[in-house]
Amino acid sequence: MTPLLQVENIAKFYGARIGCADVSFDLYPGEVMGIVGESGSGKSTLLNCLAGHLVPDRGAVRFDTRTGGLRNTVTMSEPERRMLGRTDWAFVHQHARDGLRMNVSAGGNVGERLMAVNARHYAEIRTQAIDWLGRVEIMADRIDDRPTAFSGGMQQRLQIARNLVTGPRLVFMDEPTGGLDVSVQARLLDLLRGLVREMRLSAIIVTHDLAVVRLLADRLMVMKDGHVVETGLTDQVLDDPQHAYTQLLVSSVLQV
Amino acid sequence: MTDYNFAYLDEQTKRMIRRTILKGLAIPGYQVPFASREMPMPYGWGTGGVQVSAAVLTPDDTLKVIDQGADDTTNAVSIRRFFQKTAGVAVTEATAQASVIQTRHRIPEQDLREDQIIVYQVPIPEPLRFLEPSEVETRKMHSLEEYGLMHVKLYEDISQHGDIATAYAYPVKVEGRYVMDPSPIPKFDNPKLEMAGIQLFGAGREQRIYAIPPYTQVVSLDFDDYPFQPTKADHACGLCGAHDSYLDELIVDDEGGRVFMCSDTDYCATRRRAGHVGTHGTPFEEDAA
Amino acid sequence: MIVVENVSKSFVLHNQGAATIPVMKGASLRVAAGECLALTGASGAGKSTLMRMIYGNYLTSSGSIMVGDVDVARAAPREIITLRRHTLGYVSQFLRVVPRVSTLDVVAEPLLATGTSRADAVQTARDLLTRLNIPERLWTLSPTTFSGGEQQRVNIARGFAYPYPALLLDEPTASLDPVNRATVLAMVNEAKARGAAIIGIFHDHAAREAICDRQLDMTRYTPGLAA
Repeated sequence: MTPLLQVENIAKFYGARIGCADVSFDLYPGEVMGIVGESGSGKSTLLNCLAGHLVPDRGAVRFDTRTGGLRNTVTMSEPERRMLGRTDWAFVHQHARDGLRMNVSAGGNVGERLMAVNARHYAEIRTQAIDWLGRVEIMADRIDDRPTAFSGGMQQRLQIARNLVTGPRLVFMDEPTGGLDVSVQARLLDLLRGLVREMRLSAIIVTHDLAVVRLLADRLMVMKDGHVVETGLTDQVLDDPQHAYTQLLVSSVLQV
Repeated sequence: MTDYNFAYLDEQTKRMIRRTILKGLAIPGYQVPFASREMPMPYGWGTGGVQVSAAVLTPDDTLKVIDQGADDTTNAVSIRRFFQKTAGVAVTEATAQASVIQTRHRIPEQDLREDQIIVYQVPIPEPLRFLEPSEVETRKMHSLEEYGLMHVKLYEDISQHGDIATAYAYPVKVEGRYVMDPSPIPKFDNPKLEMAGIQLFGAGREQRIYAIPPYTQVVSLDFDDYPFQPTKADHACGLCGAHDSYLDELIVDDEGGRVFMCSDTDYCATRRRAGHVGTHGTPFEEDAA
Repeated sequence: MIVVENVSKSFVLHNQGAATIPVMKGASLRVAAGECLALTGASGAGKSTLMRMIYGNYLTSSGSIMVGDVDVARAAPREIITLRRHTLGYVSQFLRVVPRVSTLDVVAEPLLATGTSRADAVQTARDLLTRLNIPERLWTLSPTTFSGGEQQRVNIARGFAYPYPALLLDEPTASLDPVNRATVLAMVNEAKARGAAIIGIFHDHAAREAICDRQLDMTRYTPGLAA
């Protein structure tokens, strides 16, 4: 079976400093990969390199496109990469403000990706927007409200709806539950789990919260100082950590 | 005899603007940057249109200047006098007799011919500006033909107002490629953007020129279920009785009385001269200036 | 179905001066389809540890663990995920669930993950919960607030929802009253009858005798405890 994403030796340097280095892995359809590490571990740098927001200094990121097979997105032309970003890929930012248009209504936010791929029937666009708002548990009567009128959790769910409306196959998430209240986090994680399963999504989730990866990720990569120090099944890495740093991380988590 | 170079601008500047115009005509609807000059009127008063007119005028041209359809407003008069003084060209109020027409926010009712040039004054050339403030990003969107955001604007209109509420500066797609702001002309004028004349658009403060060559396809953006409609007030002109021209609304007394009249003064005068009279009109006489 | 060959395991605790703790040496066993093997031995003998290694939850230091055609000790994460979905079930000692998911959804999940329709999955979940005497009024609640015994029964319902060819059961009857214990044992027998290979840990002698065909004392594989 062809991997959906094939990452080979990705490295990004800031002068002499390592952003991330020697990262390789394969991701298959329906798999969720968690990337954990503390601040400065390189996890966000890695995510941005994979998602095309940063240009890596070395390595390849091959994606199984619908029509052209495995293509290296690092060397793709910008128009193609931007098109990928609107259709097959999605990016959920930590702060909803970075992933939404705050001066456009919720319906307009969700409909934008549809209009960007030539949806031209207002009523149909609106119907799809209402459907997606429902799937992320936002009431249909909020469709014309601006995101500025939403709570943090709702904004984040709106961001997810906006990203998933075109049926992407790969979702990048950067601390999707960061900054949200605990109960709101739980609801969001439920939602993500359900959507990942229903839509057979693959996802790469960067977080510093081990509870989030345990819930969402099938596989886990632990990063420290720009390198991957351990990788494997999520429950195995968390229950039987091998590397000193992973053991430290796991033992530091407060139990409730 | 004046102390000015012909049409105020020096020859090198005119060449630079003409090169820009040629590029704009070669890429219909594409905003071409140009080195906008300091003009003897402030930004926001038509400096872009004036520079374009100055670059295309020749001594044999006949110039018409209108402001919201009228030849006799202060600004139209000022600009017309400016070119009389600096270029010595003939001037006219009759659309049919002009070879160059500079306009603010209207297209004349009378169809233009292949030998006519119309120059539009443009405040904000970028149709996506109010949704995407970054110039870097809008340039990318144009170059990659990523216009989803434009339809978001129309979507927002319908969701807030029940219909596409944009009444002027209604965005269009030119020759199936570039989305363009046609300047703040009423949407009623949009169909006229497909014409036999040459159309030049100048934005002085924003330093952009764009153009539409004759017989170019210009389509107003819409949704399949909310098609574009060039609407106007549902009245006839009170002075000449025309049903098909864009109307200004004039309050005539302090009891709410109002009269609708053609915004295009030349069109109205021509009709009245031919004997048409509206409900408020009197038969045509030569008016005092 | 399940073949464990010469398996050893040590833990290295880097943050405690790299202390190495060997916990298993040379463990071997076989379980055929339709058989139930009980792991016995004192606490700390490595029963749960071996079970976790078979499930892939713990790494194996050396040796091989075949479940069907897959060597869990060497398999890629992807293969183990597929194995866990379709072949190998695990009922652990404690119920671990995503917060705020209803009991019905918890039990239905293994079926949904293997492509069963939502309607069928939920119906099977209902049947199992009924059989295990979980009252219907609890079905829409999250099991995190249930009593220990109720949680264990939900855990079992989830473990038996999908007909796995291989099952690992860690103390399935602990904290159950006699009626429910009997139900669980019946369910295990049914699984055996349909050909599942089962490894179980039972502190309850009676339960062990009732359903297990063989026993294996893990003490002999525990360094320091072996005679």
